[in-house]
Amino acid sequence: MLTGIVFWVLAVVAVAAGVAVFRADSMARATYALAASFIAVGLVLLLVDLEFLGVITVLMMTMEMAVMGIYMIMFMGMNPALMPMDMVHGKRPALAVAIGTFVVLAAGALLVPWPTRRGAPAADLVTSLGEAIMESKMLVMMTVSPVLFATIVAALVLALPRGRYDRLGDDLRAGKAPR
Amino acid sequence: MTLQTMLLVAAALFSVGLYGAISQQVVVMVMMGLELMLNGVILAAAAFWWFLSPTPDGQVLLLVVITAMTVEMAMGFAVATLLHRSRQSDMTDMATDLSR
Repeated sequence: MLTGIVFWVLAVVAVAAGVAVFRADSMARATYALAASFIAVGLVLLLVDLEFLGVITVLMMTMEMAVMGIYMIMFMGMNPALMPMDMVHGKRPALAVAIGTFVVLAAGALLVPWPTRRGAPAADLVTSLGEAIMESKMLVMMTVSPVLFATIVAALVLALPRGRYDRLGDDLRAGKAPR
Repeated sequence: MTLQTMLLVAAALFSVGLYGAISQQVVVMVMMGLELMLNGVILAAAAFWWFLSPTPDGQVLLLVVITAMTVEMAMGFAVATLLHRSRQSDMTDMATDLSR
């Protein structure tokens, strides 16, 4: 009973905060709303005993929203980030696509005869996850690791300005004194 | 709290995120839409895990989804930085030539 009430409160907060992301009149408020939505979902994960994943979702998204705040200050300045904005295109078609998607997904959720639960969760879910990623699912983690490393390299290559080794552009001999 | 109700909430989050990803002009706001969609995916995956098959496999799948969100965030910020540096703009409408 209590779990049900908490779930519905968190669900309403998650969806309302999600809507507020695109209804807020500034990017700063939109960032806070997105963080609230993620924290609500993280707490729902805790309700279904996913302690580790719930906690890392909350921590990661709080950090990410902080990074987003820094981006807004960098790109838009502090004041413009707090000023009202409405920068959208194709509002009506986007709304139609979103409503259509929700109707299809909701129909699937309600009409599909879902199977009954098979098996029971382990006594210690965090330990079972740790054992899975170190034993039977190690290939997944070995794939994820280089993907994350490649992401770091690619993001740095894209984001960094050209350094001192590239000050002459594509013509590497341009700076050489004539003999 | 049932599988259906959790999936309904996940569908709502996904749809709201989809609206944002399609309609927003600022790159960071588009990223927010994509993250909201992944938020819905995380919730749906947790619901499937809890109500259908509560094995460690489902938890590993959730970890992969969270990793995808991390990659999306890092690359999105990098592209936004590059766009801002090269064109002094963070609007998607100023980068339509990238789709050619």
